[in-house]
Amino acid sequence: MQIYLPIAEISVNIFLILGLGGGVGFLSGLFGVGGGFLITPLLIFYGIPPAVSVATAANQIVASSVSGVFAHWKRGNVDLKMGLVLLAGGIVGSTVGVWVFAWLRSLGQIDLVISLCYVIFLGIIGGMMLFEATRAIFRTRRRGGQIRRSKKHQHSFIHGLPLKMRFYRSGLYISALLPLAVGFFVGMLTALMGVGGGFVMVPAMIYLLGMPTGVVIGTSLFQIIFVTANVTFLQSVQTQTVDVALAILLLIGGVIGAQFGAQFGSRLKAEHLRALLGLLVLSVCLKLLFDLVITPSDLYSVMPGDL
Amino acid sequence: MPVPSAIRAAFLIALALPFLTIGAGPKKASADPLVVDLSNHLVAITTGFTGTNVLLFGAVEEEGDVVVTVRGPDQDMVVRKKERKVGIWVNSESARYKNVPAYYASASNRPMDIIASPEVLLDYRIGLQNQRFIGESKLSDDDQKVYREALVRNMQGAGLFGERPAKISFLSNQLFRTDIHFPANTPTGTYTINVYLIRDGRVASVKTTPLVVSKTGISAEVYEFAHRYSALYGIIAVIIAVVAGWVASVVFRKR
Repeated sequence: MQIYLPIAEISVNIFLILGLGGGVGFLSGLFGVGGGFLITPLLIFYGIPPAVSVATAANQIVASSVSGVFAHWKRGNVDLKMGLVLLAGGIVGSTVGVWVFAWLRSLGQIDLVISLCYVIFLGIIGGMMLFEATRAIFRTRRRGGQIRRSKKHQHSFIHGLPLKMRFYRSGLYISALLPLAVGFFVGMLTALMGVGGGFVMVPAMIYLLGMPTGVVIGTSLFQIIFVTANVTFLQSVQTQTVDVALAILLLIGGVIGAQFGAQFGSRLKAEHLRALLGLLVLSVCLKLLFDLVITPSDLYSVMPGDL
Repeated sequence: MPVPSAIRAAFLIALALPFLTIGAGPKKASADPLVVDLSNHLVAITTGFTGTNVLLFGAVEEEGDVVVTVRGPDQDMVVRKKERKVGIWVNSESARYKNVPAYYASASNRPMDIIASPEVLLDYRIGLQNQRFIGESKLSDDDQKVYREALVRNMQGAGLFGERPAKISFLSNQLFRTDIHFPANTPTGTYTINVYLIRDGRVASVKTTPLVVSKTGISAEVYEFAHRYSALYGIIAVIIAVVAGWVASVVFRKR
């Protein structure tokens, strides 16, 4: 059954989009990730204009983060103060990002920048995940598991920064500039790539800010809700590329898929899950890289000029 | 439900018959040499739109060749050339064109070059090769040609420019019909359909009829709303997502 998307202005197969949302939802439930970094490239592969894919994915992530944050909130796993500081950076970053997005679009370079951002980030994250997971698999096999000491109290230039703030929930006393910068950077990624940015923010919170792992997911989800909402709003105003119909279809598929994914995921070992996710991320990265490198069938492309 | 086009054609031609009998009568001077109409003057893009055909039918008073051109609304187009930089294909030079029809198709009952000389076709701007796009760039003439070809090739690839003239079939010496295809990605706007009656290589009569392509139904309203009240649209999009996420967490928590 075909449905005509009002903003993307193309007609798509309704079951394929539902299935795509469901598949990514399944994976996000399975691996405990947002899935924005998969949904945007897949929409682009399907033929949805990249600009619409990015803006609509941001809208869909609002929903998946809201549904995820409640459980963390109840368990007290959200560091509200840290979340608000990250958010302040995120709002500025995403606003700048939407502006950069519109500027790149007028130059005709937005598709390239989206692809390049994906190749770089998916390559780094996927490679690291796969490397770390295979090492963990080998270590448990050899039974020589040694736990490394946390480096929480190592001192570096980071602790010399001004504007220090106390974050009680995380047990940290660090410069506010640090979470502001992390939030800003992730906000830019949300606007440019249509991702929640959890895959960048979570490692940054653990290794850069030194936050305890327990509050990291809840706090990042809290921040992501507002940053993606900001991106949805700004893209609607500035580029009119948010397709509500597409977002709703993805949502329905995603919510259902996530439930099955979560059930299925509990049967697999954590390091096996991470290795699988790493492989998946790397294959999306390679596909995007391949498309950038092979000679295109037509060297010339045509776009309406009023964009 | 789409009525089979053959039946529809027969019906419409039956409607057109009275005009023909008048045309065949003794008062030839007052008769119209060319009568044309469409099965539909409005192509409605609804939520389920996957492309459609519009039947163009008509009658000529005396035998002659018929050529039909369909031209969509003018728009600006940018053609970009990709270049390899550090191993990656990057958009580099570009050319901007004005007056590019968003859609162009033609049809004729015989090959165009037999019907009329290239000069006549150029005078009347018939056929893709005779469309003039006004370029806004400082490219050399050679480059200009390559970019123009790329523009036409891409539009053909998107199904918006007809690859070659479609066939007009004569059902008798006087009655003719042709189907005009509009693909799923047909741009909206007012289209101009010109029908030329050509005899002995000269245009004997021209009829112009408009055709409107517009979005209707929910998708049209969503589009309108997104562009007119974009801030409110953004807020609603966020609210929908928040509510959906909340409902999902409530529904699935109880399991």
